[in-house]
Amino acid sequence: MSAHIRLMVAVWLGLLLLLALTVGLSFLPLGDLSPLASTGIAAAKAALVVWFFMHLRQDSGIIRLVALAAVVWIAILLTLPWIDFSSRHWL
Amino acid sequence: MPDEALHVHEPYQTAAQQAEADTMGMYVFLATEVMLFGGLFAAALMLRTVHHDEVIAASRQLHIWIGTANTVLLLTSSLFVATAVVAARTGTRRLCAGGLIGGAVLGLCFMALKAVEYYSEYREGHLPGFGLPAHFSNGAEHLFMNLYLIATGLHAFHLAVGIVLLLSLAARVLWTSFPLPERSITVTLFGLYWHLVDVIWIFLFPVLYLAR
Repeated sequence: MSAHIRLMVAVWLGLLLLLALTVGLSFLPLGDLSPLASTGIAAAKAALVVWFFMHLRQDSGIIRLVALAAVVWIAILLTLPWIDFSSRHWL
Repeated sequence: MPDEALHVHEPYQTAAQQAEADTMGMYVFLATEVMLFGGLFAAALMLRTVHHDEVIAASRQLHIWIGTANTVLLLTSSLFVATAVVAARTGTRRLCAGGLIGGAVLGLCFMALKAVEYYSEYREGHLPGFGLPAHFSNGAEHLFMNLYLIATGLHAFHLAVGIVLLLSLAARVLWTSFPLPERSITVTLFGLYWHLVDVIWIFLFPVLYLAR
């Protein structure tokens, strides 16, 4: 088994651990921290998949830039409506 | 002969340059997929912001253990596909085809489990739009289940496309003179698509099943 494949198996084990963690945390009474924890863990899992399985770590800067652009766009898409809806009751 | 196997087209000078352009093109397509699902995630965020308690109650009714098992299946399928890409780059044909087939089979298991889950939700009257009068305790729960059905349905459609892509590629690797490692870029790009469908599920799972 090559070093590359061993690395992929290690990443997969990490992903399963994070999954167990996020399911476990969902049973604890965390209140409003719960969505932050589950989204944070999902972001960590996505980062592992993109960096290792999608081998962004081996790709050039321009490809990393395109991947980052997708993150920036979706951040705009989610942030602006959220500001709108969460601030309406201030009026 | 190597040049023919590499299929370097105009305007590219080298195979590496062409592979980089191919990869970038795939990432631009994947960014549009992110935006497609982004609209659904934005809807989920608004629903939760406006109907906090109702969304949590609706999320608790979903089958969390089926969702968890399906997450394990998809994460493992991604390991198989990542292995296939490593194998393609070293020209190990059988391992490459095995990884692709393993990923596709786990994807089929995901679809089967999803079908069981849909059927059980249909029987419980929680699945909107399928004839049987669904009974929701409030409008927000109805909205949440609409979103659940559309988001998981769109994801399942993407997965079905991915399964067809992986199996057809595995057949080419096994039964044609598909040149490896020269054409490993094709395996790489199909793999990128498969992993992105996995990433979308990684976010759908907590947003739908773990809303607390």
